[in-house]
Amino acid sequence: MTNHWIDLKNADVILAMGSNPASNHPVSMKWIMRAREKGAKLICVDPRFTQTAAKADLYAPLRSGTDIAFLGGMIKYILDNNLFFKEYVVNYTNASYLVSLDYQGPADLDGLFSGYNLETKKYDKKSWTFQKDENGLALKDPTLQDPNCVFQLLKKHYDRYTVEQVVDITGTPKDKLLAVYEIFGSTGKPDRAGTECYAMGWTQHTVGTQNIRTMTIIQQLLGNMGIAGGGINALRGEANVQGSTDQGLLFHILPGYNPTPNASLVDLATYIDKTTPTTKEPRSVNWWSNRNKYITSYLKAIYGEAATKENDFGYSWLPKTDVGQNASWLMIFDKMLKGDFDGFFAWGQNPACSGANSNKTREAMTKLKWLVNVNLFDNETGSFWRSPGMDPKNIQTEVFMLPCCSSMEKEGSISNSGRWAQWRYKAVEPIGQSKPDAEIINELFFKVKELYKKEGGAYPDPIVNLSWEYGERDAAGKVKHIDIHAVAKEINGYFLEDVYDMKVTPPKLIGKKGDLVTSFPSLQADGSTSSGNWIYCNSYILKDGKEVNMMARRGKDDPTGLGLYPGWSWAWPVNRRIIYNRASVDPQGKPWDEKRPLLKWNPTKLAAATGKPGVWEGDIPDGPAPPMGTEGKFPFIMKPDGVASIFGPGLAEGPFPEHYEALECPVEVNAMSGQRINPTIKIFGDKMDVFASCDLRFPFVGTTYRVSEHWQTGCMTRHCSWLLEMQPQNFVEMGFELGKELSLTNGETVIVSSARGEVKAVAMISERFKPFKISNTTVHQVGLPWHFGWQFPEDGSGYDSANLLTPNVGDANTMIPESKAFMVNVRKA
Amino acid sequence: MGVSRRDFLKLSGGTVLVASLGVNLDPAKAYARELRIKNAKQTTTICPYCSVGCGIVVYAENGKIINTEGDPDHPINEGTLCSKGSSVSQLVNNDNRVQKPMYREPGGTAWKEVEWDWALDRIARLVKDSRDKSFKTVSKAKVKETQPDGSVIEVEKDFVVNRTDAIAHIGSAALDNEECFILQKLVRSWGLVHVEHQARI
Repeated sequence: MTNHWIDLKNADVILAMGSNPASNHPVSMKWIMRAREKGAKLICVDPRFTQTAAKADLYAPLRSGTDIAFLGGMIKYILDNNLFFKEYVVNYTNASYLVSLDYQGPADLDGLFSGYNLETKKYDKKSWTFQKDENGLALKDPTLQDPNCVFQLLKKHYDRYTVEQVVDITGTPKDKLLAVYEIFGSTGKPDRAGTECYAMGWTQHTVGTQNIRTMTIIQQLLGNMGIAGGGINALRGEANVQGSTDQGLLFHILPGYNPTPNASLVDLATYIDKTTPTTKEPRSVNWWSNRNKYITSYLKAIYGEAATKENDFGYSWLPKTDVGQNASWLMIFDKMLKGDFDGFFAWGQNPACSGANSNKTREAMTKLKWLVNVNLFDNETGSFWRSPGMDPKNIQTEVFMLPCCSSMEKEGSISNSGRWAQWRYKAVEPIGQSKPDAEIINELFFKVKELYKKEGGAYPDPIVNLSWEYGERDAAGKVKHIDIHAVAKEINGYFLEDVYDMKVTPPKLIGKKGDLVTSFPSLQADGSTSSGNWIYCNSYILKDGKEVNMMARRGKDDPTGLGLYPGWSWAWPVNRRIIYNRASVDPQGKPWDEKRPLLKWNPTKLAAATGKPGVWEGDIPDGPAPPMGTEGKFPFIMKPDGVASIFGPGLAEGPFPEHYEALECPVEVNAMSGQRINPTIKIFGDKMDVFASCDLRFPFVGTTYRVSEHWQTGCMTRHCSWLLEMQPQNFVEMGFELGKELSLTNGETVIVSSARGEVKAVAMISERFKPFKISNTTVHQVGLPWHFGWQFPEDGSGYDSANLLTPNVGDANTMIPESKAFMVNVRKA
Repeated sequence: MGVSRRDFLKLSGGTVLVASLGVNLDPAKAYARELRIKNAKQTTTICPYCSVGCGIVVYAENGKIINTEGDPDHPINEGTLCSKGSSVSQLVNNDNRVQKPMYREPGGTAWKEVEWDWALDRIARLVKDSRDKSFKTVSKAKVKETQPDGSVIEVEKDFVVNRTDAIAHIGSAALDNEECFILQKLVRSWGLVHVEHQARI
């Protein structure tokens, strides 16, 4: 989330599209309803009339996979009706930038952008750049009239998204569509705030990233980014999926969103040089120019004293991918099926039910030599060898089930969707022989290290040089138990030398050797500081000589009245509660909205640090520099240009989002262009990778979702009797019209099938789904929760996972699978 | 911990009843609650399910969780919880929990319980064997190189990669931040690049 949960109360309009907070983030509805009590409007756009829709002022249905068409039409509506926030758009976005004259878009090229290579299915992005002056600065037209400025190109691009065209694609009734446009479009005024909540309903598509980008364009046009009650809010699905992403448990990022190194980044200097964005714009902060400090401090944190200037701080010990290699989820299971992996750790996760095309995932695991499953409960992954249809005798995989304990049996922090890192305490000892995950990690670290010390082996350097200063050691030198606070402090970071600010005379001491670093502006690139994760620097600090765990704070003050609660737990970065908050003020530093002042520039008050006049009041600002209209800096500090990107050349399929159909869809032709599907997606080629579009065998659109009583694959809820009792079985929802067409009665067991597999479900027939009118034909949609699995309940009465149906095709940027739009059939069991 | 029982009671069930019944049941309700959790140790936690981050007060007695309630002082949930958050005690008080490491041998048809040390030793052995036989020090890659005359040509070169492609790891968003951090340290020290978790799906 750019904002945070409580901030939903500050919105005038809340758009729940791609999410269903009432079911999946139930307590968040408290804040949505509180906004409504003050007159805010809740809009729900979803293929199904969800629990959120039931509480909404306006509900508009759309066919799964057509969000870009829906939102593209909203962009056109905002531009046609002059509803955009001009001062914001001109000053804080790249709307005025002039794009290369070589650039062409789908309006010119029948659905493609300039630079497409049919063979590689990739774009050469040369023409997606800005015209520059002799100093390397982008040429701009603040009047927004130049035909090649971003604003005019945006207009041209979305001019094709007429209401008629959008209705024809999405199946949304015209009056509902226009009502959504009108209400959300009303938030372009400086004193109006509109927010958006999305979840897997937007990410799990082959155009997932572009779904979100379309909305970011809307939020930029309406001036809704960086303000209280605004933003783009990813309602994340797991208690700590924000934190686990922050800590770099992904193939492409190290902790703190530093990219993982690839083979061509041969040394630390090259890594820094090639991964640090540059800008010629003197008034852009370009925060990532600090990359050198963050990566060096990370290396010092993980290798400790073994990391020296002479050995490049241990950079060569980090594993490197090949150039351009994608080692993400779908690739892992594709390689696993080919027998490429010996071993596999499934740690606190149940891929046998959570991965798209579960039959392929389960089959892939049979090719492993060994598998380690770490979980509270047995699950479909640990027990894959006894899955329905498998003969255990023929499966030669050694399997380990290691019991970890729950969050109430250990101590540590987790980060919620609003980036609040909150501390959890241990209530009871781990039950039975279960252990905290940290203890299992500790054991594996020492056992593998011992083997290398004893026997030698392939390149032991990264293992023997890994720093592991987490508490008291036994006689053999092993850390007895992990001191979680020691880890939290390592993540925050230390001054490893006395560090001075050399820019002032005489040099001023910033931090003393051995002290915790107070916040990331103090981090250094010369090895004199450590920080395991720079964005968590400031989470565990030294205050008045005492070490303070900021994440454990329980202060209830709310000085702004906006619900920021700056003394409750701790938010990254540096306790900033709403990011990009410098965009909430005009170029002089005056709040756009006096009713909801998130920040205010006070030009006369003296700054404590410098003694000079001028301070920001309110939330922690995105950097201390004065506002841009004075001698200050541009507001979007993480962007190289300092402004938000309406024209975004970074994504795989184009600088403006374009509607493409899902890989499996009910229409032969994309009504927008001759390009039916996203031209840049990867399609796997094994015999288990089967897809069926416009195929009479699978005539209905399928989607997946969740219910309040269960969580993800259900491993942590199906095993809990109270929750299982409330939702005992897999079901498939469909409309009355389809139920009638298939002669089904409510409650009877049916089989839902796709090109990849089938699953049993109870038919739930209601008016929550309605048939869509798409290009003069009727399209039915059905939906299933994905919480169930064969392993529990043990009698199989819950049936199996809806992911047996979903296609293992990913978004072109993230490779997140398209679990929200695919084609199925339903028949009597 | 900062949550006093007085604060908690002030905001919990009792006061809600006042509103609905028009009768002040506070003292009786508070007394009933007092009995149940009289000797319990209170700790606070955050719900392990969705990402709203609701606060929960956990009451434990003799090492066993006897009650959980929404944390009334928590600014997000203000004492409320959903069906999942209300049932967190069942994650601990649950006969389905695996309480001892289990092992299934190649071709085996059932789990058998094993000792931690045995399981961890065996896994360490498998990690080392798989890593040693697959370890890649260098990998060939085609890169563009500028020649002395200014022209750019594509050349194949060896690059240091120091990795294993024989082991993959996924997980986990269910772990604490500190655990995620040491886990990525561990698997990267072994040379894994196939490292993923829930955020990708």
